[in-house]
Amino acid sequence: MTLANEIPTNETVELSDVEKAQIDTLLLKTPYASGASIDALKIIQNHRGWVSDASLLALALYLNLPLADLDSVATFYNLIFRQPVGKVVLHPCDGISCDLMGGQKIRQCLNKQLKISNGQTTDDNQFTLIPLPCLGACDKAPVMIANETLFELIQAENLPLILNNLIEEKST
Amino acid sequence: MNTEQSSEQSTYPSKPLTRFITDKANCWQLKEYQDLGGYDGFKRALTVSRAAVLDEIKASNLRGRGGAGFPTGLKWSFVPQGDDAPHPKYLIVNADEMEPGAFKDRLLLEKTPHQIIEGLLIGGYTLDADIGYIFIRGDYYSAIQHIEIALQECYDNNLLGKDILGSGFNFEIHIHTSAGRYICGEETALINALEGKRAIPRAKPPFPQVAGLWGKPTIVNNVETFCNLPHILNFGADWFKSLGRFKDAGTKIFGVSGRVKNPGLWELPMGTPIGEIIEHYAGGMSDGYKLKGYLPGGGSTDFLLAKHFDTPMDYDEIGKQRSRMGTGTIIVLDDKYCPVAMVLNLVKFFAQESCGWCTPCRDGLPWAAVLLEKIEQGKGELADIKQLEDLCKFAAPGNTFCALAPGAVEPLQSALNYFRDDFEKHITQKSCPYCEPIHSETTHD
Repeated sequence: MTLANEIPTNETVELSDVEKAQIDTLLLKTPYASGASIDALKIIQNHRGWVSDASLLALALYLNLPLADLDSVATFYNLIFRQPVGKVVLHPCDGISCDLMGGQKIRQCLNKQLKISNGQTTDDNQFTLIPLPCLGACDKAPVMIANETLFELIQAENLPLILNNLIEEKST
Repeated sequence: MNTEQSSEQSTYPSKPLTRFITDKANCWQLKEYQDLGGYDGFKRALTVSRAAVLDEIKASNLRGRGGAGFPTGLKWSFVPQGDDAPHPKYLIVNADEMEPGAFKDRLLLEKTPHQIIEGLLIGGYTLDADIGYIFIRGDYYSAIQHIEIALQECYDNNLLGKDILGSGFNFEIHIHTSAGRYICGEETALINALEGKRAIPRAKPPFPQVAGLWGKPTIVNNVETFCNLPHILNFGADWFKSLGRFKDAGTKIFGVSGRVKNPGLWELPMGTPIGEIIEHYAGGMSDGYKLKGYLPGGGSTDFLLAKHFDTPMDYDEIGKQRSRMGTGTIIVLDDKYCPVAMVLNLVKFFAQESCGWCTPCRDGLPWAAVLLEKIEQGKGELADIKQLEDLCKFAAPGNTFCALAPGAVEPLQSALNYFRDDFEKHITQKSCPYCEPIHSETTHD
């Protein structure tokens, strides 16, 4: 298929039976396959941690959608990762309500402790740092989301403990 | 007289939206909701004609709670009705709360999922719709979990699916968890996201009411708007109108964040004066801080000052002060935080969240961010202020495809008006006069 030439990738990936089954459930709820594309990308990401060129191609073939369309969607939304991420993705809030309450200091502490800039992953692949705008808990500012948990009223001195617990939680 | 009043109070709630939120941990579940009268509004709707329900909603003067304040009944009246109307018709709850400083929908999503579903059911019945969507922000994990359970409870109890409660009305609801981006809150961008496209706003007309999701009639309303419907059906349009303290009808979830003593959310009558919300409910400023200004309705509304405290939180009244009610969540700026830094944070957010479709937004907002950063770092020139004012004009309503850019420049244009001396001081003394300097952060772009 010519699709394969649209993104040069040497790697080939097969969708797993579990992924296919989950995507099939989505397809039942939408009159057109494209309606399932965002949720399908999330399924791929849940199983593989991120969406590689090869898995994007596999999904395009499975949904019978143009690869370019699917990639345009995958690159638009900020919770779809087109690069590998660490074990734990940290989303400190950079909205204004958090910043009024010292949110920027929290993010700078994270930069310092993890020795990475925003958008980067630590050398040991433990943490990726991606600030998100307003997480909708402005009365508890500053806040952060990680491992699907919302951390409220964060104080800089508690960060080492929070990071430690997050990694332990992922390892068990 | 007294007894009459108190019995009336118990029958007619003064805080309908939060009346189901109790101390019980599972107050969000079906049984608890029904024990307090949940789904009575929907059952009542089923006993009258679709047209009668629409008339009641129109008569209630309910206005959209997502920010624009468009009359809900009027919006709904554009949906084609009758045997010739296209099907399926869609009804969408906009739960993609991402406005900076807005955190009201999270409360309703987490604590009252059935109130939202009941609102959808009433809307579905009124408009003869077939499918509902709850378009929810992907980061709202516990809200998503509660809604999924609540939906299952409804399917298990014949409140969703075929022939609901023996009425012959069929309706199903799907949940879509967003993959992020603020622009998804714009209704036509949201529809594109549901179709699995990039969330770029559509040209109007055609309006979604006529040709929305998959080209079919579609209504998109905010979470809080839907939450009002069960109560309007239950207690009537006249009761609803009587709740407001000024001209607008009903109650609203108001919130305050920033350096106040008691940040939080409160359900209060529409028309509650701004000062009462900040000083009484939020407890005034924290010790050691003074109020410099505030955004009355989230990150895309113009600054107002202490002198506007008497203004009622009513759509038109806030409009008269050249700001907007927006989401009704107030962000307070204190005297120790740099107003230029605050505007810079907001403009950076909107620049990042622009879908990139039209020029004033895609190019104008990042340019405004560059200029503001320059000024904040003490490297600005007086000409930059003029340039910022021009950028605000370029992004004015009518020059852009959707409301993102006009909203984005509202805090900027009002800050240039009210805090101009702060901007000029940055430039003349070549540094930020506020104590905490802003260091540029590396972004992942």
